[in-house]
Amino acid sequence: MTFALDLTVIWAFIIAFAVFAYVVMDGFDLGIGILFPFFAVGEERDQAMNSIAPVWDGNETWLVLGGGGLFAAFPLAYGIILPATYPLMIAMLLGLVFRGVAFEFRWRDPRHRALWDVAFTVGSVVAAMAQGMILGAILQGVTVVESVEAGGWAYAGAWLDWLTPFSLLTGLGVVAGYALLGATWLIWKVEGTAQGHAVRLARMLGIATLGGMAAVSAATPFLDYAYWQRWFEMPGVLLTAQVPILVVIAGLFFFRSLNRGSERLPFAIALGLFLLGFAGLGISLFPYIVPDRITIWDAAAPASSQLFMLVGTVIIVPIILAYTAWAYWVFRGKVGTHGYH
Amino acid sequence: MFDYLDPVILARIQFAFTVSFHFIFPSFSIGLASYLAVLEGLWLKTGKSVYLDLFKYWLKIFAVVFAMGVVSGIVMSYQFGTNWSVFAVKTGPVLGPLMAYEVLTAFFLEAGFLGVMLFGMSKVGRKLHFAATCMVALGTFISATWILSVNSWMQTPTGFAINAAGQFVPAGSWLDIIFNPSFPFRLLHTLIASYLTTSLVVGAVGAWHLLKDRTNPYARKMFSMAMWMAAIVAPIQIFAGDLHGLNTLEHQPAKVMAMEGHYQSHPDGAPLILFGLPNPAEKRIDYAIEIPKVSSLILKHDPNAALAGLDTIPDNREPPVAILFWSFRVMVGLGFAMLGLGLFSLVARARRSLYEWPLLHRLAVLMGPTGFVAVIAGWITTEVGRQPYTVYGQLLTGQSHSPLAAPAVAASLIAFVIVYFFVFGAGAWYLLKLMGHTPRAHETEPPQTPIRSAGITPAPALDGARRPAE
Repeated sequence: MTFALDLTVIWAFIIAFAVFAYVVMDGFDLGIGILFPFFAVGEERDQAMNSIAPVWDGNETWLVLGGGGLFAAFPLAYGIILPATYPLMIAMLLGLVFRGVAFEFRWRDPRHRALWDVAFTVGSVVAAMAQGMILGAILQGVTVVESVEAGGWAYAGAWLDWLTPFSLLTGLGVVAGYALLGATWLIWKVEGTAQGHAVRLARMLGIATLGGMAAVSAATPFLDYAYWQRWFEMPGVLLTAQVPILVVIAGLFFFRSLNRGSERLPFAIALGLFLLGFAGLGISLFPYIVPDRITIWDAAAPASSQLFMLVGTVIIVPIILAYTAWAYWVFRGKVGTHGYH
Repeated sequence: MFDYLDPVILARIQFAFTVSFHFIFPSFSIGLASYLAVLEGLWLKTGKSVYLDLFKYWLKIFAVVFAMGVVSGIVMSYQFGTNWSVFAVKTGPVLGPLMAYEVLTAFFLEAGFLGVMLFGMSKVGRKLHFAATCMVALGTFISATWILSVNSWMQTPTGFAINAAGQFVPAGSWLDIIFNPSFPFRLLHTLIASYLTTSLVVGAVGAWHLLKDRTNPYARKMFSMAMWMAAIVAPIQIFAGDLHGLNTLEHQPAKVMAMEGHYQSHPDGAPLILFGLPNPAEKRIDYAIEIPKVSSLILKHDPNAALAGLDTIPDNREPPVAILFWSFRVMVGLGFAMLGLGLFSLVARARRSLYEWPLLHRLAVLMGPTGFVAVIAGWITTEVGRQPYTVYGQLLTGQSHSPLAAPAVAASLIAFVIVYFFVFGAGAWYLLKLMGHTPRAHETEPPQTPIRSAGITPAPALDGARRPAE
């Protein structure tokens, strides 16, 4: 039993890792899409697009691992969260369709390049907003009922339950955060006027992202008593208080790095902010996967399924990380106006 | 406004629509990735620039096809949860790990090396670039293997038990789940279909340019390669399809009865119904044109063998006969047409007029899209033939769906239809434009400005897939 228990915790961490990898890696891709209209048509946009053209597809694959991993390791959670956030999931998928094809289509059709640039931005904004709102919808809890026919539990809310001021707040927070990742990535990878734009945008987005994190953090404990307990009761507060303190410190370093003209540090610190935010979410949720109703153990697939996958994951994920790192290495340095062509 | 519609029917239409659209792209990209690996390998081996130019020509097309395959594929990995959550909860312990392995072993491999394949030729050297191309091709192949294992398990489930919560859970060896009875046949039949589809497209593009200029060496080379492939693979495919059909007869007889249009049992030899009009109300095929005993001969290798009909299947377990009857005939008919094209090309080759016979070229152009039609028809045959189950014999489609709200399913279905026709319509147009462009020497000139990253300047003679179209 302890063995099965441990496997389930390991899988919760693996899926959290996949989701985090997706959020930061596709986060800067989507962020560039969100910021695209702020860059001039021509050289600036081409640089921005080319800085992610060779890697966006690999980045997006982490989303499939997150979704597929949830289906495999926690099928009950997959079967509850997806119906509960149905319109958001569809919006995210359609947003990703537009975003993904824009990479190819804008080069194939110069006469309609403006149209595909709009598709790139709208797709990125919709996908980011939907992802943020899915996060909010999970945090605020979903209505479930016990159901024998459905394999234990089933979603029992209406199809627009997810739409609340809180989920709109988390949606906007994620849009701002992704845009911050995008802007800081561009500071690193582009040069000239595009870089100047990126620095100015990063400053504003740093404020917006920290504000969003503060607002979500302030609102979360009021959603549910358990969140309050997890964050503010002794002795846990000694540990949990470190998260907001570190966020403040990271924020200060972020603006300092921008003022000093650092090219790589802003992106690294933005990643750090995401990691802290992610840790905060972990503190709020763990060990629940549907807040206060279904734990990771309730939702877990049998140990035999989790073990079968774990073997492959432990062997293959390091290999994936290695060749992904190699692909980034191949395309290292400034992208230049004509990209990697 | 959608409340009077049955949300389960809407969800089924949505799945059928999104998976059919998606399937078009991998059925091309699997074959095309292998073709690109062959072209680049031949270039490295022979040093002949014709292979490199063809590689670059088809690489641009591959990039567009692959992008559409990726974005339509991500939709599929979430469709199980949005519309079919009960299916997801119940099959997750068995099917989830297979799909996780698909992501780990295939999707990352394709995506990780795609960037280098498309843009890295000037950055990593020839051999490493060829390795990246091979990895992408291998990834498409591995991906097909896992997902067809998943699909086959839904058709012929083995190696499972059912737990207290009603979930399918692994029992015994995972090999029993992965190598379920229909998997080897379905994998063989589908992969060959992908190669055949690709060879028909490449052949059609080659033929199109031969019709305009029969001396174009690039058009000649691709046409010849494609016609060899079609001539060799089409007969193999018919043989593989026959094996797959025999396997289906063993494990899913009702599907074969519907494909054959056998409403009645035939104790002393069943006829092969070539054509007719299925009449589900009266449970018979009207105006049937049939050859006595041949169905028994094909399926049992004995003209007098008894074959059971749909009269032995309860009505509520019967798949939709009319759809299967037609989709099967479309697939088989096109398969024999492909065989005909392959034989025609062999005759032309023997007469040394492969490049000088406009009738052959026109036929090849006409046959260009038929691979896709046959693939979709085959897919409809096998998937509709699985009805009324999602997991054959175990879990009914009517008990697999999410707690769906009709307005949500209807609205999302409409959104998918509009977006897919717009986006993939545009993509198809760009593909045709790329294919209409005459292949020539020094395919895609390098950009005028030197590449300024990683110290490699100026741009070497090879460029990647992307150049703003002329």
